[in-house]
Amino acid sequence: MPFIPHTKSDIQTMLNTIGVSSIENLFDEIPQNIRTGKFKTIPDGLNEMELMRLMQTRADQDKLDFNFIGAGAYEHHIPAAVWDIVTRGEFMTAYTPYQAEASQGTLQLLYEYQTMMANLTGMEVSNASLYDGASGLAEAILMAVRLHKSSHKILILNSLNPNYKKTVKTLVSPQNIECIECTLENIKEHKNKDFAAIVISQPNFFGLLEDVDKLTDWAHENNSLVIAVVNPLSLAILKEPGKWGKTGADIVCGELQPFGIPLASGGPYAGFMCTKKEFIRQMPGRIVGATVDKENKRGFTLTLQAREQHIRRAKATSNICTNQGLLVTAVTVYLSLLGFEGLRRVATQCHSNAEYLYKKLLELNFIKPLFPDKPFFHEFAITLNKPIKNMAGYNLEKDFPEYKNSFLLCVTETKTKEDLDLFVENLAHGK
Amino acid sequence: MKQLPPDLKYTKTHEWVKTQPDGTVLVGITDHAQGLLGDMVFVELPQVDREFKQENEMAVLESVKAAADVYCPISGKIIETNPKLQNQPELINQDPYGEGWICKLKPSNESELNNLLSAQEYEKET
Repeated sequence: MPFIPHTKSDIQTMLNTIGVSSIENLFDEIPQNIRTGKFKTIPDGLNEMELMRLMQTRADQDKLDFNFIGAGAYEHHIPAAVWDIVTRGEFMTAYTPYQAEASQGTLQLLYEYQTMMANLTGMEVSNASLYDGASGLAEAILMAVRLHKSSHKILILNSLNPNYKKTVKTLVSPQNIECIECTLENIKEHKNKDFAAIVISQPNFFGLLEDVDKLTDWAHENNSLVIAVVNPLSLAILKEPGKWGKTGADIVCGELQPFGIPLASGGPYAGFMCTKKEFIRQMPGRIVGATVDKENKRGFTLTLQAREQHIRRAKATSNICTNQGLLVTAVTVYLSLLGFEGLRRVATQCHSNAEYLYKKLLELNFIKPLFPDKPFFHEFAITLNKPIKNMAGYNLEKDFPEYKNSFLLCVTETKTKEDLDLFVENLAHGK
Repeated sequence: MKQLPPDLKYTKTHEWVKTQPDGTVLVGITDHAQGLLGDMVFVELPQVDREFKQENEMAVLESVKAAADVYCPISGKIIETNPKLQNQPELINQDPYGEGWICKLKPSNESELNNLLSAQEYEKET
């Protein structure tokens, strides 16, 4: 679609029609005292050449060194075909489309995405994506509070990603929702305390696997919903949240980045959300449904739109139109190319590589496990008894001051045995 | 011609109220309202035992083209909701004053019935 700017005379004609003298006057009803005026920190415009030079300098700072940092964003192999397909003109849009008659291809792709996510999580329904994993969790919390009706309190296991905690706080505290953190050890003290939901991450921030069955049943016995925050890749080899405990998790959300989305210095990424069918009217985000046209031919369209802002206005349960369409396209193409077997192999390779590095590192006398004998997926935490310069892991002390000299290490399918041996050897020689 | 039974009480927001012999009231929406909303696809019913004040939002109707709140016509406690609406929301379109009732309330302040409109008064409003 071409971009056709308004000419000065177009603008004047429109202003004359509505009887306003200038564009500035359109904003008259906004009081002067709340206007920001000119942004002082934003510099003057650059010409194209200056801009290219600036952006190149910035891009040059962005290097991917040999490292083992995961902590919420994961390095995975992205088959070349993924972005080759995604960047085709037919797919190249960021939005989920309203116009079913003009968008069958995109809608079918999103429908297939939803089907794959529902299968992977073991849930009945999926939406067409959210902004990212962290804001997806905030949306899940808002949804749980709407569903529960009587409680505005949420219990969060403190092993959740600290960035997710910050995002959740930003998004839900203005709505008077109280988030209380607990540990596995003191969770029992919160029995019968009327929480709308409990947030369980699997694997948790430290890569460890929680006893999700027990936690899920405990939550349900206490009249709370269960929000599962999962790494979707791990679901290729771990139990799907739909089967946790006796009746399964209620809302499942997480980050789609591991599925074909490049690390790209932290974004853009995309989030997902799945739930039980009985809760679908409280789910945010767009939902694509299959239907038939008047000739009885199968087709796809947005459905359950009465939840959304363009119909329900201020009372909408969904204010998200998702501009993550392009990333979801990448996810869908990635999953289609790998298939379930391919995905299982990626997850298994990640796990066995991580196991291998973990064993090798523990052979070094200055490295101790932070959480001994706990099962993990592809990430684990260690403590160093001597300082190592530029340790290629995520420093846990930043967010958890109690874990001194401790690092979170992640190993995916992108590392070979030679890479891992070399890393251990370098550490052994104090490099 | 829209139906407007003379023995019911009405609100400006298009609910009707029918007093039962046992003192409870049945609540629904008017024929006029269902006509404006169009084909009903979902009804979010209030929880039984929950108490509402007059003019509180207590239910949500979803039609193919809109979502609308149902306001509580008279303060009280919900004692029953229409179980058929879960699977047959279209009953509100087909029989708004009968099979399409939404919930049964036990009023906490019967004098509020006097705030409501008669059929004639409601007709003028619409």
